Amino acid sequence: MFAFIISRLLQAIPVLLVVGFISYAMFAFVGDPVSIMLGQDFTEAQRVQLVHQLGLDQPFFVQYAHYMWATLHGEFGISYRLARPVSDLILERLPATIELALTAAVLALLIGVPMGVYTGIRRNGVLARAFMIFSLVGVSLPTFLIGILLILVFAVVLGWLPSFGRGDVVHFSHWSTGFLTISGLRSLVLPAITLGMFQMTLIMRLVRSEMMEVLRSDYVKFARARGLSERVINFGHALKNTLVPVITIVGLQIGGLLGFSIVTETVFQWPGMGLLLVQSIGVADIPVMSAYLMLIALVFVGINLIVDLLYYAVDPRLRVDRRALTGAR
Amino acid sequence: MALLEVDRLTVEFPTRRGILRALDAVSFDIEVGEVLGVVGESGAGKSLTGAAIIGLLEPPGRIAGGQVRLDGMRIDNLSRDRMRPIRGRQIGAIFQDPLTTLNPLYAVGHQLVETMQAHLRLSDRDARERAVRWLEEVGIPAARQRIDAYPHEFSGGMRQRVVIALALCAEPRLVIADEPTTALDVSIQAQIITLLKRLAKDHGTSVMLVTHDMGVIAETADRVAVMYAGRICEIGPVRAVVKQPAHPYTEGLMGSIPSLEQRVERLRQIDGAMPRLNAIPRGCAFNPRCPKVFGRCRAERPELLAAGDTRAACWLYDAYSGGRASDV
Ligand SMILES: Nc1ncnc2c1ncn2[C@@H]1O[C@H](COP(=O)(O)OP(=O)(O)O)[C@@H](O)[C@H]1O
Ligand code: SF4
Ligand SMILES: [Mg+2]
Repeated sequence: MFAFIISRLLQAIPVLLVVGFISYAMFAFVGDPVSIMLGQDFTEAQRVQLVHQLGLDQPFFVQYAHYMWATLHGEFGISYRLARPVSDLILERLPATIELALTAAVLALLIGVPMGVYTGIRRNGVLARAFMIFSLVGVSLPTFLIGILLILVFAVVLGWLPSFGRGDVVHFSHWSTGFLTISGLRSLVLPAITLGMFQMTLIMRLVRSEMMEVLRSDYVKFARARGLSERVINFGHALKNTLVPVITIVGLQIGGLLGFSIVTETVFQWPGMGLLLVQSIGVADIPVMSAYLMLIALVFVGINLIVDLLYYAVDPRLRVDRRALTGAR
Repeated sequence: MALLEVDRLTVEFPTRRGILRALDAVSFDIEVGEVLGVVGESGAGKSLTGAAIIGLLEPPGRIAGGQVRLDGMRIDNLSRDRMRPIRGRQIGAIFQDPLTTLNPLYAVGHQLVETMQAHLRLSDRDARERAVRWLEEVGIPAARQRIDAYPHEFSGGMRQRVVIALALCAEPRLVIADEPTTALDVSIQAQIITLLKRLAKDHGTSVMLVTHDMGVIAETADRVAVMYAGRICEIGPVRAVVKQPAHPYTEGLMGSIPSLEQRVERLRQIDGAMPRLNAIPRGCAFNPRCPKVFGRCRAERPELLAAGDTRAACWLYDAYSGGRASDV
């Protein structure tokens, strides 16, 4: 198991190098940091000195190596827009995005999986049909529209929930959490639903179709012929067999949540990474953008690792290789 | 009274273009400890008969008429909750393809234990101990070490042994084996049949054995039912059906078997094809292919009639028309 994790981490290195290259190339070729930092009035000597300071007079690959080395140490440079270290900005914004994405993911799983199981078993029930129609709405409406509709109904018309911001947060050294205050939790509801809606309906439809497939399988028929109870068959035999594809998609989707969070954070003025990115793109704040790119790549690598570990936990057929490798039986 | 009585069992599929009658008044009995072989071309309704008996017809298929009785008690109209304890405990099932009938995510021991505990009051330890004994009994080498192995770690033949153990582990009184060797390598088919035969004998279990292999039937079964287009066309003691088949269709099937001793003979092709369910001819379903067809065959449907040592659904054996048939 340990060897497996190590090998997976080693495989991630080229991925991160390539992403680092892209984000560095963005750094080097998009926009002109020198002119941005110098402003309007400068002498040629000042310009040459800044170019030297930034290392821009060195060969491309030396610059790339420097960039990766700095990145490895968590140094992403200075934001052009805010004139503060990018790493500080990200550390400030990260908790908001992580809490939002986590809540949305948990919501999507806790509601999506049971609804998928239910609609897969009771294919023709009235409630199952209602769920399916609802899921169609969730899959087809764009995220920003869901957000705006929710704001309109629950914030503007009913006035039940706040329409923007994160509410009050509690600080623990670097981390700020909205989970511990009433206003923080109330502020989380609409953005989390908005962000999780697509994933939830996707998970539901996926679980449903996998369930229907598995319930037709020979081993489920055989389980019935052995006289096992419906509960054991549905949840022990059928649901477990839907898990491998579901884990795959959910893993990808949780990565996708971060992407969608850009839209959601913009709609709800949620002070997270997505909003930071949108604000940075507006003024071509390249250091922030490239740091964001690296971070997302890291998140995807992490999620892939977790997905692989979950495969191992669920499906014994995937453990064969490991046994062969270690000679264990 | 027989252990299982199937009485004019009729199974239908409602479809957009009308109702398909896939089983039409199928009747037979199975005695305690008896092995009934069931043969017939693919699509004759053999699997449906088994599925209807254990109450596992796939919707929209449904029992449209007739009865299934176990020990004289009707089981065709039981609710799902009352049928569940009968499956596995009274009637077990062995499916065709061992590669797909075992859940790939559970160890074989787990599947045995859950089956036994669904029906018998057994502690975890006792159930596990019994699971080991069942694996030994079906001939899994090093059973105690392999009890926590997963299905994919066994060969096809070994998996079918596990399936047999699963079908028998709650000690059912009848087991329905639907082509249990068709998916297996020819070299191990005989072993599996021998095993099934031995276990059924040791445990006093009755068997409904569906197979294409007339050699297997001849060696294993006490009686044979021959199915054609959703009906039984002949049923009787195995020797009589094999040696002196009464029904022209059975005769065609047996035509290629030289003797009981030379086995592994497949069903011989008969000219023409079995009719589709929506195009079963009036009268005798076999009449378009029958070499001995005569007038009445196209008008009236024959019931099973005494024909020597067997019973055949053929007008040749009707006291009235049978005499005329020889002139035609
Ligand atoms: N879901 C279904 N809808 C319509 N017809 C079906 C369905 N399932 C089975 N049948 C029909 O029932 C007949 C008997 O099938 P089956 O019992 O599987 O045959 P066998 O096992 O003898 O090869 C076949 O002709 C098949 O076309
Ligand atoms: S009833 Fe007629 S058609 Fe049918 S098998 Fe007998 S002789 Fe042939
Ligand atoms: Mg079949």
